Amino acid sequence: MGERTLMKGNEVLGEAAVRAGCRFYFGYPITPQNELTAYMAKRMDEVGGVFLQSESELAAINMIYGASAAGARAMTSSSGPGISLMQEGISYLAGAELPCVIVNVMRGGPGLGNIAPSQGDYFQATRGGGHGDYRTIVLAPYRVQEMADLTTLAFYLADKYRTPVVVLVDAVLGQMMEPVEFKEPDLPPLPPKDWAVGYMMGRPKRLVTSLYLAPGALERHNLHLKEKYERIEREEVRWEGVCLEDAEVVLVAYGTSARVCLGAVMRGRSEGRRIGLLRPITLWPFPWKVLRKVAEKVKAILVVEMSLGQLMEDVRLAVEGRCPVRLLGRPGGGVPTVREVSEKVEEMSDEGVESL
Amino acid sequence: MKVLRAYRKPESLTDVKFRYCPGCGHGIIARLVAEVVDELGIRERTVGVAPVGCAVFVEEYFNFDMVGAAHGRVCPVATGLKRVLPDHVILGYQGDGGLAAIGLAEVVHAAARGERVTVIYVNNAVYGMTRGQMAPTTLLGQRTTTTPSGRNPRRDGFPLKVCELLAGLEGTAYMARGTVTSPRNVRTLKRYIERAIRTQMEDRGFSLVEVLSPCPSNWHMKPLEAIAWVEERMVPFYGLGEVKT
Ligand SMILES: Cc1ncc(C[n+]2csc(CCOP(=O)(O)OP(=O)(O)O)c2C)c(N)n1
Ligand code: SF4
Repeated sequence: MGERTLMKGNEVLGEAAVRAGCRFYFGYPITPQNELTAYMAKRMDEVGGVFLQSESELAAINMIYGASAAGARAMTSSSGPGISLMQEGISYLAGAELPCVIVNVMRGGPGLGNIAPSQGDYFQATRGGGHGDYRTIVLAPYRVQEMADLTTLAFYLADKYRTPVVVLVDAVLGQMMEPVEFKEPDLPPLPPKDWAVGYMMGRPKRLVTSLYLAPGALERHNLHLKEKYERIEREEVRWEGVCLEDAEVVLVAYGTSARVCLGAVMRGRSEGRRIGLLRPITLWPFPWKVLRKVAEKVKAILVVEMSLGQLMEDVRLAVEGRCPVRLLGRPGGGVPTVREVSEKVEEMSDEGVESL
Repeated sequence: MKVLRAYRKPESLTDVKFRYCPGCGHGIIARLVAEVVDELGIRERTVGVAPVGCAVFVEEYFNFDMVGAAHGRVCPVATGLKRVLPDHVILGYQGDGGLAAIGLAEVVHAAARGERVTVIYVNNAVYGMTRGQMAPTTLLGQRTTTTPSGRNPRRDGFPLKVCELLAGLEGTAYMARGTVTSPRNVRTLKRYIERAIRTQMEDRGFSLVEVLSPCPSNWHMKPLEAIAWVEERMVPFYGLGEVKT
């Protein structure tokens, strides 16, 4: 396309998926991602793809499993309770090494919670979420343009590593309208899917499974997955730094919280405060190394999240006590404001660096 | 000279040896499915979906492409496969725990959508793999590890007749119930399986074959006793024959 249009975040996720070659969408309605489901229904008709409204999220993720086993680029989307229902299926996808893209437009929890924006599914997304020893790549855009770019990337990484990829956004981003340009991705070619089922044409049978019953077989499979996850951790960490060079206090935030923090950095800088922002773009793999380096130079880190210390746990693991880490967390639909963040930074400065 | 081969392994079976208990119905059923796939000449465009349960190993036994599904999720996995491979035959295989308990919503909706897939549904009136608990199909009075004094309808409810349940849905095109208790019944069952798969190939809708199948191990019977129990207890309750064509 190469031109900018004004679009809603949820719809941008869908358009980017279609442009990435996704022709199979399975999903079940849930707020705040319904625009995406509706968009896919319309677009799949136009491009000759398949849109199927499943009977549940359990069914949706297992339809994805089937479609992906047949070699197709497939996507589902949901929020909170629906993503919880998908966890068994995501574990099977990870075990069978099937690529797919799962969009989670986070809402407030636990339980039915509410439909307001939240980042409360951080643990669920970054710790695998289902049973067993596995990881999923987690991409966290913070504006509509990045929602497009990272959805494109999500399909690529899913195929490259044969793994489920989660695009983690919140209701603010889903509803937000911003200009977007769908760029032609410039990505290296992918290997053929020589594991996908269908069209035997003389070759031996193929088996897609997550079952490894022979003695030692599952341990070997787990170690193979670990090797893959280590490769992802080496090669796919993505983050963005703002004013980090001379920062004394560094904010760490992703998604909508990172937008707020960007505002706080601008305001702080205009007032002469040496404040910076580190924004993880991949929540897993997490940017441990850069955070560790940052922690060595700064006086303190403030984690800003729409949850109560989930991101902070990873930040602390990275920092390993090199500097104080504080939390500004707004759960249950609360969205932090620039003012809150600025005040928290001031408060931390007033406390004095020593006591930080 | 004409060479008579009375018994030959179908091409649609691999060399992996069956690990079912002696007298189990699963082995016969898997073999019949393989024979039908061979005879229809569709092996290279068939994809099977294996369940979780005693039949989990069909993913190794069938010599066509296979996908191993989660417990109860054969139908959505088959749906995903069929939507990507509409010119392929998609064959699901499930036990009564997987299909009639944890996966009941999934089979009802696949059937209601008229999903062009075929499901072989093995009703052995218990959970086999987990060692003989009550299944939705357990008969009234039947003892299992979780109904030690027999299935009591007041406490445990009534057994489910899946074919009849699904036959009322417009999306279903072929439903039949057979068994493996005699050579004649085996031949009839094979015909049902063939018709079910043909139904899919003719793009007519969802098809399912239920098989009343002995589980001697969890019924604590000798193989012959188990066959007699299918005949005397299961057949009168469930009935045999084509339920919808
Ligand atoms: C979500 C989930 N719950 C429970 C189990 C344990 N489980 C494995 S097989 C099975 C029942 C198998 O019974 P059935 O489907 O009737 O097949 P059979 O073994 O009798 O052929 C159960 C409950 C599981 N694997 N996954
Ligand atoms: S436990 Fe029952 S169903 Fe399972 S293999 Fe043995 S006889 Fe067959």
